[in-house]
Amino acid sequence: MVGLHMLDRKWLRELWHIRGQALAIAMVIAGGIATWILSYSTIDSLNYTQAGFYRSTHFADVFAGLKRAPLAVAERIRGIPGVARVDARVAAPVNLEVPGFGEPVSGLLLTLPQSPGAPNQLYLRRGRLPAADEDSTVAVNESFADAQHLKPGNTLYATISGKRKLLTIAGVVLSPEFVYLIRPGDFFPDYKRFGVLWMNRRPLQAAYGMDGAFNDVVLKLAPGAAPSAVIARLDAVLAHWGGTGAITRADQTSHHYLMDETRQLQTQAMIVPVIFLGVAAFLLNVVVSRLIHRQRMSIAILKAFGYGNLSIALHYLKLVTGIVLVGGVIGIAAGAWLAHGLSNIYAEFFRYPYMHYVLKPGVALTGLIASALAAYAGTLASVLRAARLPPAQAMYPETPPVFHETLLERAGFKRLLSQAGRMILRHIARQPLKSALTLLGVALACAIVTLSGLFHDAVNYMIDVQFNRMRHADLTVTFTDTASSRAIAELKSLPSVVGVEPLRAVPVLLRNEYRSYRTALQGYVPGGRLNELLNVDLHSIRLPRDGVLLTDYLAARLGVAAGDRLQVDVLAGARRKFSIPVAGVIKEYAGANAYMSLAAMQRVLPEDPGISGAFLRVQPGTLEQVYAELKRRPKVAGVTIRAVAIHSFHELMAQNILIYATVMLIMAGTIAIGVVYNSTRIALSERAFELATLRVLGLTHREIAYILLGESALLTLLAIPAGFAIGYGFAAYLAQALASALYRVPLVLEAPTFARAALVVLAAATVSSVYVYQRLGRLDLVAVLKVRE
Amino acid sequence: MVFRTRGLCKTYVVGEVRIEALRGVDLELYAGELVVLLGASGSGKSTLLNILGGLDTPTAGEVHYFEHDLGHADDRELTRFRREHVGFVFQFYNLIASLTARENVAIVTEIASRPLTPERALALVGLTGRADHFPSQLSGGEQQRVAIARAIAKNPDVLLCDEPTGALDSQTGLLVLEALDRVNHELGTTTVVITHNVVIAGMADRVIHLSDGRITGIKRNLERRPVQELKW
Repeated sequence: MVGLHMLDRKWLRELWHIRGQALAIAMVIAGGIATWILSYSTIDSLNYTQAGFYRSTHFADVFAGLKRAPLAVAERIRGIPGVARVDARVAAPVNLEVPGFGEPVSGLLLTLPQSPGAPNQLYLRRGRLPAADEDSTVAVNESFADAQHLKPGNTLYATISGKRKLLTIAGVVLSPEFVYLIRPGDFFPDYKRFGVLWMNRRPLQAAYGMDGAFNDVVLKLAPGAAPSAVIARLDAVLAHWGGTGAITRADQTSHHYLMDETRQLQTQAMIVPVIFLGVAAFLLNVVVSRLIHRQRMSIAILKAFGYGNLSIALHYLKLVTGIVLVGGVIGIAAGAWLAHGLSNIYAEFFRYPYMHYVLKPGVALTGLIASALAAYAGTLASVLRAARLPPAQAMYPETPPVFHETLLERAGFKRLLSQAGRMILRHIARQPLKSALTLLGVALACAIVTLSGLFHDAVNYMIDVQFNRMRHADLTVTFTDTASSRAIAELKSLPSVVGVEPLRAVPVLLRNEYRSYRTALQGYVPGGRLNELLNVDLHSIRLPRDGVLLTDYLAARLGVAAGDRLQVDVLAGARRKFSIPVAGVIKEYAGANAYMSLAAMQRVLPEDPGISGAFLRVQPGTLEQVYAELKRRPKVAGVTIRAVAIHSFHELMAQNILIYATVMLIMAGTIAIGVVYNSTRIALSERAFELATLRVLGLTHREIAYILLGESALLTLLAIPAGFAIGYGFAAYLAQALASALYRVPLVLEAPTFARAALVVLAAATVSSVYVYQRLGRLDLVAVLKVRE
Repeated sequence: MVFRTRGLCKTYVVGEVRIEALRGVDLELYAGELVVLLGASGSGKSTLLNILGGLDTPTAGEVHYFEHDLGHADDRELTRFRREHVGFVFQFYNLIASLTARENVAIVTEIASRPLTPERALALVGLTGRADHFPSQLSGGEQQRVAIARAIAKNPDVLLCDEPTGALDSQTGLLVLEALDRVNHELGTTTVVITHNVVIAGMADRVIHLSDGRITGIKRNLERRPVQELKW
């Protein structure tokens, strides 16, 4: 310490002296900075990586599907002002058979980008792209290839329009269109059972009956072009060819999910760091006030020697800064490490060829500055009081603290309390703000664990509602094209099939005044048993004879309620427009749909009475047999098996939730230990004199521990229900903030989640208490007789 | 005989400094007597009191309370000894700030086997009217008298007082000494008072002088002077 200013030696030594408490606070600050960096650098990294990948692969700006148009129409699209590049593709739903994998796999087969400059270029990961003259080679998307252990050279079968074709994998690729790959209608991705394949146009158009035609188009716009204007022109061009309405990136599934994930990160980015820093500010307040209180005499002496107010204030602020810096270094390192890990998880989850991890110095610096500000805010009042302390007054010991009987005692409960119980209550009541903040700190730790249970509980609940209460069908079949009622009869005649209910889906634009939403209008059989609709109280609701039922989210978005009328623009077939009453609102956690009775649908769309799919129930144990049978039928585009969907869902959730819950537990534990340890440690320091006196008077170690720890135990016990309430509030906020057209998180927290939150807090409190209990055993009884506090 | 010590030694090591606080003290204390331990600061009187009170153990030598060997007792045994047999009065009163006078006494009577009531103990020190006051509402002398009430309320066999008037002016100090004298008379509690105030020696049955960790003289007063006659 040679060359250090005397006061600097002093604060460094003091920091060392309170190292246990300082470290506990530094860890809380580190938690704040780490979560700050974790959130913001992950957001930056995701955005940066996404922008780079989109740019290098010419990710399209506008997407449109249609029934079928001759390739000449693509030339007209190229002529639309603002359009830079066009790729007119064939997109075919297929059923896949992966050798050695018995379960159903569905897929999407697309034509390869037509030119190197075309939108949505593929990023080659392994192998090569199919050569121009190859008819049976494909490129497959990486997530599917990885999940199925497929390598270049492997083969698989695809059933396209009922024709089974052997395909050889030439290469494994990534596409900006499928960074997040999810089968339409699913909640979560299932890489094993859904794949995207690309092949040359010639063989695909032949197999799918699209010679000289296309049924899907993607556009890259010129810089500065307005997507809405292009979409209007494009829709007009495609109207004649069965266009189902063009969309921008914002509505493109993969991009939408990516944006949603970023939004979710942003929503959570502030909550946890703010909790950490708030707690750190409080802890610093407690510790520094106590330190200054103990050092009244030293402050007086320093002032008597001529040190000014400013140097005294700076002295303590340096101590605080020291703690912030220790926390900052740990937090930045931990945050960068965690964020790096998280980015890699994201790179794996979303399919990016690489992940550019970005930690902007600004993010780390802002975190550090925010921590320092929080720390100074917590300590400024006591530091200023120390600086202003008149030397003479500081020399005298402070007057004894004033206590009063508590309200509880005056209310008549006094007789029920032991002297120790009275001491505990009066100490809590004497510094109500401090007690309240201690309680709040512990409650916040409890709240974080409670909140962390939301995803697990909500997802379980969604699965329950979705698969147990709504979907009773064992299989859901979708047809390649609308079929007649003969198809239903055919399905019914399959052996082992015990129930069939038809369904129909029509792309529509729903409008109410200036609000509109593009979705599928679905026609079901009223009173159907295989796919029930539930009202907002989750009771089964019957489809009305006339009118539509809307998902609650959609009704809110369109601003309509039961009894209102809605405009419907059909985006297929004869493109009819009609108005229809809203018959009611239903509860759904995924999607934003409109439902009506199949008969009513046929009344409003008389020219096309077909159906587009069916729900099936089969005899137990015959699923595979029925599936194999369905796969052979040319008109069957896809089959979803309920049991498989539930299983893959659980599989995916299990690992993600484990990581998330572990991180949350560590955070909450840090806060709980930081608060309980510091507050009992301070209480021990404040009351060592009194407790040692009681030991001298004959109270046992355990009896004085009860007096000291009883206070934090009581506050901890009160904090648990408070934490439940705060956690519930956070969960409600998060569920609200995360609601989107894709899914809504139901506000569900189960008993085990609350139990876990309480256990974490109790465990942290116990660890701190055991430590303080041991310190109590080392109280110096002799010193008590002579030293005056 | 209540206490008996033989060759009692106590050595502290503070950092690199060795302090011999007691260097072979032989002492007997008898039931019911009031003894004043006189000595300058650093003479070892507090160390001796701490060992007698079961707060500290000797480095060498013997200390017995009746047949109990305090020199080799562990923390649990010493706690029990203090709890059942000893009353302490401190120089700075050491009242619990969050408890009223009555409750300060009650916290000890709650754990005692044959206590006085807190009211009786407070009456003995003349504080009946102040029972429901908190320490911050009491004067120094009143606080010390509450401390005495607290010490005697468990009906201890010995009362150990460390400079009980050290923080008080003489008039208040006399009130405190009167309370001690009265307790000694009425309850027959063996009482040891540490002081450097020679005047107080007058109220004792015996006066023991300590200097440099040794007993330098024991004097028996032929007659205990009434407290009212003491003046300093």
